[in-house]
Amino acid sequence: MIKFLLMVNKQGQTRLSKYYEQVELGKRAALEADVVRGCLARRKEECSFVEYKDYKLVYRQYAALFIVVGITENENELSIYELVHNFVEVLDKYFSRVSELDIMFNLDKVHIILDEMIINGHIVETNKNRILAPLLALDKMAES
Amino acid sequence: MSDVVEKTLTALPGLFDSQTGAAKITNRLKQLIKSITELTSKHEEENLMKQELSAMKEQVSSPNTTMKQMREVMVRAMYCEMLGYDASFTYIHAIKLAQQGSVLEKRVGYLAVSLFLSEGHELLLLLVNTVLKDLQSTNLIEACMALTVVAQVFPKDMIPAVLPLVEDKLSHPKEIIRRKAVLALYKFYLIAPNQVQHIHAKFRKALCDKDPGVMTSSLHIYLQLIRESPDDYKDLTGSFVAILKQVVGGKLPMDFNYHNVPAPWLQIQLLRILSLLGREDQSTSELMYEVLDESLRRAEMNHNITYAILYECVKAVYTIHPKAELLEKAARCIGNFVLSPKINLKYLGLKALTYVVQHDAKLALQHQMTIIECLDHSDFTIKRETLELLFRITNAQNVTVIVEKMLDFLRGCNDEHTVIHLVGKVAELAEKYPFHSLTGRLLQRMTLSRVHKKYISSYKINTNLLCVSFYFTSYVPIITLTFAPDNSWFIQTMNDVFSIGGDLLQQDVPNNFLRLLAEGSESKEEDDELRLYAVDSYLTVLKGDTSHLPQRFLQVMSWVLGEYSDLQECVDQREVIRLLTKLLDQRSVTSETRVWILSALTKISEGQTDLILDLSESLSYSQDTVLRQQAQELRHLSRDSQLHEWALPRGAPWDSMEVDSSLSFLDGFVSEALAAGAAPYKPPHQRQEELCEERALNLEPYSFSLPVSLSSCSITDRQSPTMLSVSSGISGNSTELSQKAGSSTVILEGVKRVWGKDGYLPQKETAATAPPVDKPSIAVQSSGQQEAAERTEPQPEPPMQNQDKQQLASSLFVGLGAQSSISLLGKSEAPPPRFRKKPRPHESSSSSGTSERSSVSSSRSSHSTTDGFLYGSLLEEEPATSISGVDHTPKSTTANGLGQNKHTDGDRRTNTSQILGSDMVIVRPNTIQDKYPSSVSSDLTALLPPDLKDLPHSDVISLTSDPSLSLASCRVFRDEALLLVIFICNCTETVIKDVAVQLTCEELQTASLRGNVVDCLEGRSTSVCHYALLMDDPHTNVSFTGTVSYQTQPGHTNTLSFSGTLSTADFIRPLVVTTEEYGKLWLSLSHDVKQNLKLLTAAGDPLRTTLNALKDALQLHVVDIIGSEGIVACRLLSGAPCLLHCRVNGAALAMWLRSPHPALPDCILYHCQRALAEH
Repeated sequence: MIKFLLMVNKQGQTRLSKYYEQVELGKRAALEADVVRGCLARRKEECSFVEYKDYKLVYRQYAALFIVVGITENENELSIYELVHNFVEVLDKYFSRVSELDIMFNLDKVHIILDEMIINGHIVETNKNRILAPLLALDKMAES
Repeated sequence: MSDVVEKTLTALPGLFDSQTGAAKITNRLKQLIKSITELTSKHEEENLMKQELSAMKEQVSSPNTTMKQMREVMVRAMYCEMLGYDASFTYIHAIKLAQQGSVLEKRVGYLAVSLFLSEGHELLLLLVNTVLKDLQSTNLIEACMALTVVAQVFPKDMIPAVLPLVEDKLSHPKEIIRRKAVLALYKFYLIAPNQVQHIHAKFRKALCDKDPGVMTSSLHIYLQLIRESPDDYKDLTGSFVAILKQVVGGKLPMDFNYHNVPAPWLQIQLLRILSLLGREDQSTSELMYEVLDESLRRAEMNHNITYAILYECVKAVYTIHPKAELLEKAARCIGNFVLSPKINLKYLGLKALTYVVQHDAKLALQHQMTIIECLDHSDFTIKRETLELLFRITNAQNVTVIVEKMLDFLRGCNDEHTVIHLVGKVAELAEKYPFHSLTGRLLQRMTLSRVHKKYISSYKINTNLLCVSFYFTSYVPIITLTFAPDNSWFIQTMNDVFSIGGDLLQQDVPNNFLRLLAEGSESKEEDDELRLYAVDSYLTVLKGDTSHLPQRFLQVMSWVLGEYSDLQECVDQREVIRLLTKLLDQRSVTSETRVWILSALTKISEGQTDLILDLSESLSYSQDTVLRQQAQELRHLSRDSQLHEWALPRGAPWDSMEVDSSLSFLDGFVSEALAAGAAPYKPPHQRQEELCEERALNLEPYSFSLPVSLSSCSITDRQSPTMLSVSSGISGNSTELSQKAGSSTVILEGVKRVWGKDGYLPQKETAATAPPVDKPSIAVQSSGQQEAAERTEPQPEPPMQNQDKQQLASSLFVGLGAQSSISLLGKSEAPPPRFRKKPRPHESSSSSGTSERSSVSSSRSSHSTTDGFLYGSLLEEEPATSISGVDHTPKSTTANGLGQNKHTDGDRRTNTSQILGSDMVIVRPNTIQDKYPSSVSSDLTALLPPDLKDLPHSDVISLTSDPSLSLASCRVFRDEALLLVIFICNCTETVIKDVAVQLTCEELQTASLRGNVVDCLEGRSTSVCHYALLMDDPHTNVSFTGTVSYQTQPGHTNTLSFSGTLSTADFIRPLVVTTEEYGKLWLSLSHDVKQNLKLLTAAGDPLRTTLNALKDALQLHVVDIIGSEGIVACRLLSGAPCLLHCRVNGAALAMWLRSPHPALPDCILYHCQRALAEH
């Protein structure tokens, strides 16, 4: 099960956070700082999975942006690693060449995309067209 | 991948100037984002957020703020919360935005709600109406977003309000709506499984949906359901296999592919489901061999995602009933992973191997060299995973090497969590393989300690001792060890554990260790030898620099020295006292540790008056009152050797310790206090009830006021004063049981001292006659030699490296080959049982034991199918209940859209019973006319239908009456439900028409209650109706209310209301188990409660009398009575067992209850108390 998904830049600033298990607001910052520290400390040739408390972290770096997913022990790390890439591909498709700024300026839309892919910590949709369909419909209605 | 993200911060100014593309952003949000990107310090961030929050506060309270602006405010609030700043004042506006905004704004409103409000937040209630409206909207997008939010957060209590609408959506023409409806139902299932019980059939329909997306969503539900009870879904195996076959075969539309692999995450999900279904089930497993083979074959493409699928496939192959050919392929697969140069794959390979070695340890042997390499890998994660793997293959022959490796790793590790975790494992291994003769008993303790880790750690050690359950002492595992590490290894390893683990260590590690030392084995000599090792080792440690030693270690050392230092005859006791006193002067030593040290000093103080007096003198000025008190006690004891002998007797065995659990010695004190006007003690239940009564408003006019359920408080109550805990006090002869220890902090430290007292100490004469052991105090260091032959220390000399590795490998993997000689095909055989239980002597000898067991096994099987049986039998019995309306769902093996369309009628029965199952309560009108005129109070039980007459039932009590009707009820205890039988008597001479009974009860699944209608009740006749009731969550008492409506004249309806109470006791049935099963079950249960109850002393055998009284009152099953202890078992109708362990404790009955259900023990205890009080 997925416990949380974070997008953090190299400076350790959170760009997006989504928790699938309740974590108090006050504890999130510390958790995020820990998580980023853990991922930043790792070298390129090391594997993309780190143990963190009761979770496993799966992280993937895109330019200056890290996407980190906290999962439970019984989850398949590699499949989550690829899920992250699928997510980025979806963002890329929607924003056509996505950047950190796209994510910042469209925080709500990125969340809407994420909501289509992961619900309650489970992967619910991975088909790119279907993930984007509701958001595209929203955009269309907003335009008209 | 970097081509995906190319734009950098340099593009920032451009974006601000040109509001193009998706980035149509209003000024304030733009400003905020700009400021955030420019932040350089935490201080700046705080200022910015403060400003932003106050600006937002102003904006949301302004009436001129448009919805469009509100949407922007929401995004800004998301930023604030994301950075950790509370923006709770916007929550209500998020709900408003969801309610009033146009589409995109609405979506953002919902999004904000799902991000801000966690489950159970009270504001969520305000969302319900909006959701309801949007669910009914003809606008697809609105319905879609409402379903999305429902699947994320929704108040549990309001599920019934939206459930019908969500169910309707299951047959919506649009796939996305159906898909989201399934996800919403899944959410409902997670938070309130009872509410969606009746739509299991619809889940099946979703599984067979023509759209692959809908089918995929339903798999989440199935994975969950199958994990809970695989047996109920075996019939779906064929469907899952067929779906997987088609997915693997590329039958899905192209856009489901990810890098040319068809729906990989769906494949993974299906493989998980299959492995659950096939586990320990040969015939089901056989159905999936082909598709697993196909999956293994197809996934040859060189891409991460195919490896992810392969990993899942390998796990499935090793989980289900084994097939040699597949196992071989899977093993090859793992080999490829482990040997891969790609580090992520290597990791996954190790993880797979860790999983697989449990079934086939030989596989580790094949990859030993790789494992050795991974052990020295530079990547922390890889190392860690390798240690996990080694832990799994530990045996008596390689344990020293593996422990060594783990300790090496720990010494270089500074991650707190990893340290705690691994140190625990080292301690586990060390205790598991310590030395020959103790092994048997140690292993028992291992089982106990592992299962009760949580429990034990919350108690102090002395309690551990008391609660070593007697069920385990008679089991003697049969185990043969060819080579075992020795005493010194054990002590040295534990020293390492304590020094490395430090104060992060879980409390049960030192507890278990001390208990091992204290309880020892059959052989006094060996025990003493071990204790001697410990004493020597600690004296050496204490002579060195002690300032860096963790507190826990110091505590362990001082306890051991206090108890056993006199075993070591070549050490002067004065030296020991000096070393311990030195510790007291150390500033880093906490006051808790000081208490331990002082306790130790007290024990060995005899005859050393001068030293002790100095010490107590210096301590009597301490600021710490506990220390001061102890110093005082120490002084008194050292002056009076007789008192010392009485307070701290040497040599009594620990189990002869007498505990006055009724605290009778306090009687005088209590009566004095009462006389002085103190409030009498109330047991926690009583207090809780009173509390609830105060709190709960009684909204029902004229209805009973009843205590609210205890379940809400049961968990916090766990720390209740009823818990057995021995209070300290040298003064109190160290053994009295204090009921109040839990709540008092004054005596917090004493706990340890007492424990030490009686009995761990060797008997005086044995100590004297013990063979003189001439070990130098540095014996520890010589330890290595004995095992040098078997143990190979890898010396990293560059030219020899390879050879070293070989050597290490041989020492690491020793014993694996033999152990797994069955290898691949032998997988079905469980790993060699480490714990073989010897039947309890008195049972194995009696022939009745076997017959009892067989009867149990049959009752067991019926128990396991309780649900099906329950619904099934009700169904059969209730032909009147129409099943024609049941939506029969075809169990098609696959989705129509996938090209196949099969219909089987096989599960009509299952479906129907499921439908009925949701209603649970079935009303059966049985009208018996004219037979029993007039007097209602006469024996109404004679009116019970013949099939119920023989069942145990309660007395008939009158519920209500008016001039024309009178109602009475009776409880009939059926095995699978409580039948509430209601007798409706017509007291008039005329016919009463349209009699309808309506019963409601919150706690008993009222949603499923149905009224019972009798068209026509003749004068002076009585009609009988039943309600079969179940209780899912135990409540001490539940009240039901109801109305009966009837017409004496056409068009003129009278109603008559009634109410009554049912107690948990009505829903309890005996649970027939054998003592062994009981023991096993006991270990698996987590929630427990303890309390002392009244013992009925009237008859000859108080225990038997009391248990019989309880049995009569509560329908319990007395499993066994052994000496002063009795074990009793029962279950709640819905299945949760509750085990009771009763022990005569002075004039009281110490009862210890356990159940998987948190509230059940409390309820049962409450009723036991009452039953005994009434006796």
